[in-house]
Amino acid sequence: MHFIFKTRYEQDIALFKHGGQNFWYAALALALVAAPWLLSEYTLSQVTFIGIYAIVCLGLMLLAGFTGQISLGHAGFLAMGAYTEAYLQGMGWPFMISLPMAALVAGITGIMIGLPALRVKGMYLSIATLAFGFILEEVVVRAEHITGGNAGRQLGALTIAGVNFDDGANFYYLVTGIAVLCVLGVLNLLRSPTGRAFVAIRDSEVSAQSMGINLAHYKTVAFALSAALAGIAGALYAHKIRFITPDQFGFLQSIELLMMVVIGGLGSIQGAIFGPAFWFVVQQVIVVGKDWLPPALGQQTGLQPTIFGIILIAIVLFEPMGLYGRWLKFRTFLEIFPFYRKGMFKRQKSYMKSERMK
Amino acid sequence: MTAPMLEAVNLSVQFGGLRAVNDVSFGVWPNEVFSLIGPNGAGKTTIFNLISALYRPTSGEVRFEGEVISRMPPHVVARHGIARTFQNIELFEHATVLQNLLVGRHCHRHTGWWQDMLFTGSVRRAELEFRRQVEEVIEFLDLQHYRDSMVVGLPYGVRKVVELARALSMRPRLLLLDEPSSGLNTEETEDMGFWIEDIKHDLGITVIMVEHDMGLVSRVSDRVLALNLGEVLTLGTPQEVQAHPGVIEAYLGGVDDV
Amino acid sequence: MLQLLQLIVSGAAIGCIYALLALGFVLIYKATETVNFAQGDLMMVGGFIGLAVMTVIGLPFWLAFLVTVVAMALVGMGIERLVLRPLLGQPAFTVVMMTIGIGYLARGLVTMIPYWGTETHTLPVPFKDEVIWIGGEGGKTGGLVISVEHLVIILATVALVALLYVFFRYTKLGIAMQATSQNQLAAFYMGIPVRRVNMLIWGLSAAICGVAGLLLAPITFVHANMGFVGLKAFPAAVVGGFGSIPGALVGGLIIGIVESLAGFYLPEGFKDIAAYVVVLVMLVVKPNGLFGDNLTKKV
Repeated sequence: MHFIFKTRYEQDIALFKHGGQNFWYAALALALVAAPWLLSEYTLSQVTFIGIYAIVCLGLMLLAGFTGQISLGHAGFLAMGAYTEAYLQGMGWPFMISLPMAALVAGITGIMIGLPALRVKGMYLSIATLAFGFILEEVVVRAEHITGGNAGRQLGALTIAGVNFDDGANFYYLVTGIAVLCVLGVLNLLRSPTGRAFVAIRDSEVSAQSMGINLAHYKTVAFALSAALAGIAGALYAHKIRFITPDQFGFLQSIELLMMVVIGGLGSIQGAIFGPAFWFVVQQVIVVGKDWLPPALGQQTGLQPTIFGIILIAIVLFEPMGLYGRWLKFRTFLEIFPFYRKGMFKRQKSYMKSERMK
Repeated sequence: MTAPMLEAVNLSVQFGGLRAVNDVSFGVWPNEVFSLIGPNGAGKTTIFNLISALYRPTSGEVRFEGEVISRMPPHVVARHGIARTFQNIELFEHATVLQNLLVGRHCHRHTGWWQDMLFTGSVRRAELEFRRQVEEVIEFLDLQHYRDSMVVGLPYGVRKVVELARALSMRPRLLLLDEPSSGLNTEETEDMGFWIEDIKHDLGITVIMVEHDMGLVSRVSDRVLALNLGEVLTLGTPQEVQAHPGVIEAYLGGVDDV
Repeated sequence: MLQLLQLIVSGAAIGCIYALLALGFVLIYKATETVNFAQGDLMMVGGFIGLAVMTVIGLPFWLAFLVTVVAMALVGMGIERLVLRPLLGQPAFTVVMMTIGIGYLARGLVTMIPYWGTETHTLPVPFKDEVIWIGGEGGKTGGLVISVEHLVIILATVALVALLYVFFRYTKLGIAMQATSQNQLAAFYMGIPVRRVNMLIWGLSAAICGVAGLLLAPITFVHANMGFVGLKAFPAAVVGGFGSIPGALVGGLIIGIVESLAGFYLPEGFKDIAAYVVVLVMLVVKPNGLFGDNLTKKV
């Protein structure tokens, strides 16, 4: 545990709090740059996927983990980004313009979906987002001249300023670069008045209003930003997969995104990266490990959902702060060894506050 | 004589068949401590919710410095310089004390979310300025020790002070305190009394408070409004109100009830 | 006109399924203030249990029905006891996430069964593919055609609802459940074992899901993704007002009928999203639903 002797107010708003953090983040940056030389082509492609999903999860974390608005239709935003990119690329727009457009279109969709949030909250909102998710999916299926309908849509090779970014190392750098920028943007938001307004809305809407926070405005901003991040990720996803169909963006995808965020650790930026990373690692473990299992177990399609279902239930039961919480505990254990006590992170149980008047 | 700072004019509110507040009028002068007392269900907190625009009056209106605030959205009322605390503490529990207080500076922000996302120079300067202002409140209420603690782990008494601090961070002109001493021990109540006096004298903030502790009420209040079943019983100095037969009856029950 | 009536009847039949599932949501929501996202998947599990009992063990339909209902009640109570009770006192979202996990796991587990879970099955019910003619000449042309499957759904729903009404109105347990749903703390002080009652409510809700699963099976067949139908029970519950039992029934019927009409009168695709369009309109116009409580938080 680092006890930082603070002498200036700037220290509290610095992104990296102390030398140790500087060191480790520099090491991480170095590792990210060196990855294409260290990893096989297949592994690199998986890491690229993690980067793409980290961007969506970042957006979902902003919305669910920091603003307290649970979205069950997030795959819809992903679809908006992916199809906007596919369509605009087909029209011959350069990536530098089509990517912001994908973010913009998804963001505007986000505002639309956020509109019910101005009137309803909690579970009602989740159901509204779920409904919107289904409607968007159907719209994608029906708008055949843009999306190709159920037959799917092919994307061309990605070139930016004459450089070929089609898969491999270049695409990895592109995704990583965008992901890092997104993380920095969200970190900046969270250390500024906007981020505090989000957290205020999450923890108590009534007192947030009484502190002068315009609920409608900030909820809309949260939905728009979250959707825009999903839109960016959707565009990258489309280029990664190169063939998109509506069923890639269904309800199950929305649920899985939410699961990643919860497994990573709700309410932490690290969680938004841990979640998808863990997801893809476990997926690989399953692919490798199922040959070792008896075929009655290993060759069933249900193996993966079963394992992820169990993981999610275990996380919710035993580690509500997710993988990030586990990591915090482990780090504290190392830092203050041998003085770690079991109850150090014990949560205070707050008994259910009824939202009902009666 | 100046005009009243806050004025309730024939304020009524009805929930279904229940008239929670019935034709209540009063005025609060600048820089006074004005207390609302009355038994449970008298409509005190409802009046607070009407002032901070969480409820809409069925009829009548609330004016703040001559402007009708009872038709505004709650966050706009807050921006006019009205801060409040809540009976059952409504802090942002999964944030630190410092972050809670910084939310109090929210109405004074000038940057938009796009600037925040880039953390531009103006955001940085504003943040440091907010921090400096919040630090004054921390010093005023002796919260230095809890600055970086999560609210969720704090004892009740401290939370009560943090909520007061958060309201003060807004630098309001009018402060609404909903039962500031409930759940506090004698010592903490004593401190709360001193702080309310200081808020009035040193910070020049007008205070309206709902309170059950008559000791605290008579110590700090300039005037007291007694309510029962949504209607005004009497208005006057703490001594006058305590001696009023209607108030005694409301609290202790009338002769007929014995 | 006859066409319209025909559509309404078949819509009402599907609506009854939504109503039953919505009833399950509402029971749990009223008692524990959590929304069970696994409701549809529980229905799927019910369908599979019924299927297994009928085809593997070879019990006749009505006996299998009984076995399924009992088995589902046990599943529901088991879920409450094992994974939900430890979460007592946690934020609502934690519990919601848990139910999502349960649903996800249920779908995974069913597809784990070799050669079985991934297939689509027909439930061998005695009333498969039979129809009844009402009116018309000679009972064969014109007139209203009602498939027996639809009729069974409607009658079973009516019977179940009547049974539930009697249960909640007149039995001690039913009254205890009502008390718990209105105020847990007060019920606890009055000597009602709230946790055990919650467990029973989960059992009851899961049993209703099992019934819904068996009723739906002849129409949609039994398969692992059958649970997605259950998602349409959310719109039903919202339209009716989330905390209201009669609301759940009315909401389910409305959704079912609107869907049926949309499928006929509107272009292709509208049928699938009709329920969601209705719920969005409802949320904007009247968020508390037709019979809902006021949800403003008290400060």
